[in-house]
Amino acid sequence: MEIRRKVQAGTMQSSDLMVFVEPAEKLIIEIESTVIKQFEHLIRAKVSEVLDRLEVTRAAVRITDRGALDYAIEARLESALRRAATEG
Amino acid sequence: MVRNSLGRLIPESFNGKNVIPFSDPFSLQPKGFRASRPLTRLNPGQKKLLPGLREAIQAAGLKDGMTISTHHHLRNGDALLAQVVREIDALGLRDIRIASSSIHPAHAEIIPFIEKGVISALECGVNGLIGELVSRGELSCPITVRTHGGRARALISGEIPVDVAFIAAPCCDDYGNMNGYYGPSACGSLGYAQVDAQHARTVVAVTDNLVPYPASPVSIPQTMIDYVVRIDTLGDPKKIVSTTTRITTDPVGLQIAKYAAQVIEAAGVLCDGFSFQTGSGGISLAVADNVRTLMRSAGIKGSFGCGGITGYFVDMLEEGLFETLFDVQCFDLKAVDSIGRNRHHLEISADMYANPFNAGAVVNRLDAVILGATEVDVDFNVNVNTESNGYLLHNTGGHSDTAAGARLAIIVAPSIRGRLPIVRDAVTTVTTPGETVDVIVTERGIAVNPRHQGLRGELLRRGLPVKDIRQLQEEIYHITGRPRPLEFEDEVVALIEYRDGSIIDVVRKVKK
Amino acid sequence: MAEIKLRRSLLYVPGNMPSMLQNIPIFHCDGVIIDLEDAVPLSEKDAARVLVRRFLENHTDRNKEVLVRINPLDSKWGYDDLREVLPAMPDGIRLPKADTPEIVERLDTLLTEFEEELEVPIGHFRILPSIESAQGVINCIKTARTSDRVFALAFGAEDYTASLEIERTKTGEELFHARTRVVWAAKAAGIQAIDSIFSDVNDMEGLQRETALIKTLGFTGKSLVNPRQIDVVHEIFAPKQEEVDYALQVVEAIKRAREMGTGVISLGGKMVDAPVVKRAVRVLKTAGAHGMIDIELDEEVIYGQE
Repeated sequence: MEIRRKVQAGTMQSSDLMVFVEPAEKLIIEIESTVIKQFEHLIRAKVSEVLDRLEVTRAAVRITDRGALDYAIEARLESALRRAATEG
Repeated sequence: MVRNSLGRLIPESFNGKNVIPFSDPFSLQPKGFRASRPLTRLNPGQKKLLPGLREAIQAAGLKDGMTISTHHHLRNGDALLAQVVREIDALGLRDIRIASSSIHPAHAEIIPFIEKGVISALECGVNGLIGELVSRGELSCPITVRTHGGRARALISGEIPVDVAFIAAPCCDDYGNMNGYYGPSACGSLGYAQVDAQHARTVVAVTDNLVPYPASPVSIPQTMIDYVVRIDTLGDPKKIVSTTTRITTDPVGLQIAKYAAQVIEAAGVLCDGFSFQTGSGGISLAVADNVRTLMRSAGIKGSFGCGGITGYFVDMLEEGLFETLFDVQCFDLKAVDSIGRNRHHLEISADMYANPFNAGAVVNRLDAVILGATEVDVDFNVNVNTESNGYLLHNTGGHSDTAAGARLAIIVAPSIRGRLPIVRDAVTTVTTPGETVDVIVTERGIAVNPRHQGLRGELLRRGLPVKDIRQLQEEIYHITGRPRPLEFEDEVVALIEYRDGSIIDVVRKVKK
Repeated sequence: MAEIKLRRSLLYVPGNMPSMLQNIPIFHCDGVIIDLEDAVPLSEKDAARVLVRRFLENHTDRNKEVLVRINPLDSKWGYDDLREVLPAMPDGIRLPKADTPEIVERLDTLLTEFEEELEVPIGHFRILPSIESAQGVINCIKTARTSDRVFALAFGAEDYTASLEIERTKTGEELFHARTRVVWAAKAAGIQAIDSIFSDVNDMEGLQRETALIKTLGFTGKSLVNPRQIDVVHEIFAPKQEEVDYALQVVEAIKRAREMGTGVISLGGKMVDAPVVKRAVRVLKTAGAHGMIDIELDEEVIYGQE
């Protein structure tokens, strides 16, 4: 999947997250989270899984997480990537 | 370092004092006598009223290395502690210890004076920024967190000798008679300050509402007050008491509250003479509301409501669902109003409320108490002191006192808070030992301490979702994933003292 | 004999809010309607359906019926909603603006296509048409019979009053005729009737009154906007003890009748036949859901073998 434009998805509500995606030369992943100390490993694993599945190799992905569960991380990242892959 | 009975590593001494490791909730026996105050004499014509705090500090003979106290009935609206500390600094005094009944976020004002060496230790728990900075190693100030009952015990036993107590007195005369019922800083009960009035070496009443002699009614009498000072304001009335405390509207909280009330009913304590305590949190109030409905429909006449008192308990008293309220602290305006006019709404001291080392505290007569938790573990231990970032952010309050005293101690908490599971392998910090915790109620299931097989069976019979605590933990982990434990340095920044004075846990500096 | 499934309370859950979605397992309602329509802003339609899909894929251990309210089929989102959420196996679709039988037939066809593609049994996905306009009310008798997938009709008072250009009142006189017609249509087709939402979540007495009214009219359940409304509605739908006692007698009587090889028996001088048994079974199932009784109903004994 090719990242063609700068987009965002998600909300800042509790149990949700905001995902910011924009084109980049390589894969950049930045994660901020209210539960970073406890769950950074799981958030990172889920993000990598989705990027692999959608074959995204070049993108800047920034995540601001408010304690979202895996399914929400997957959904929000997927929505952001789909939005980023379409012409705006 | 030694391990206490819960396996927690405890230093042998802290801030120059030897440490007793916790062994169990009930067997440590007190020795010796109640501490007392020097005798004094005030002759006719002599006056107590001084022009300001500075003069009172001087008159009280405060010196470097001594200990002062305030009480926390003005909660986050309190302006007295900061004013006292500023005056202490202005007088050039250093190395003062604070043994207040609690420190609130508003007291972040005293941080520069800790940095400057004016204040060198906190002999009390903290809520807010001070605890965070200490946890991060950015502020050097040893902290000893005490329960409400444990603080009363420490003052009464003389373990913490308070040299000068500054008592915020919302309604006070020039001879020191006071109550908390009236005036711009009205806070209701002065229960925590009563212990200071009886046991501090010198006692200063500070008021922003000096009334003609005698102030009436008398909560703390003139015989205990050495000096009286009038200042412009004791605090911000908007932050002293809540205008209202409210039942949660959150569906998760309401579900938990419903289960908790059903547990109380199933436990068989809900009959005439029922006694009950809850906090002022939204879920606790929802439990109280459900219990009220159950009492009404079954025509039950309770004995007493206890603790920090809210308007909900006042309503239950007025409706005849309780005979009496035992009030150590008022949480809202309705409670303040009630304690000033209803003689069945009794002001009690922290000693009477929860001290384990006297001839019997009120908590020993509680049938049920509803308590919160930041975390619980598979051994039913509860943490309310440290947050998910590892910082010491909350005081213990009456948590371990009421859990130890009540026949039925129920923890209510959502199973997940912002992805963090409530049930852990081991809590970050033990506030209250699992031996005194009977039931943990979450919206996803109810865990009963294995010590109560009978209750467990009864809950199952009533179709409640009872789960083994490890099963509950696994179900929650299945949703959240398994959290990594927090990482700490070896350095101990605070002690968590159990109510009997033994050390149940420590707080360590958080790893960067 | 038609299945008797309790649908007293169908709770709307906004489709774009993880904090609400993940509470679905703990709500004690009979079913949820995850909403992709009115609860989701236009700019988030794409994200909400992905969120709902991923939630449902993870929520496999279901303890209640899960319906999804899609956007209308004539909007630009309706078809994509189906394509995204059906692989996550909801139990059914609440179809907004089911003004004509043809619209429901169209959804029926689409669902069959998706079922073939997903290799699930034809007829798996059920349909709950929303009768929420004057036209919808007029056509609802036919709508109720469009497809075997249609298990109930749902009345939508907010949109209905809007289509009549009138205000919705708390007493609901303006809804009386439409409600009655929806109930007739449903009952004549042998399916359930679900009443509209009551939107003032702080007025529990109003909710109580309205629920009592619609129960009397023949509705079997109600759509809800807040979990706090669940208990109130269940209480109204709870059978009275006398009803339960009588229903138990009926079931005992019919069991005896079956043993004697007959389908009809008299109880206290009144004839007990299929409709009476059916009503009794409904009462007992409801009583069971309320924890009033704890018995297993053996359907074969009650309804007889084929």
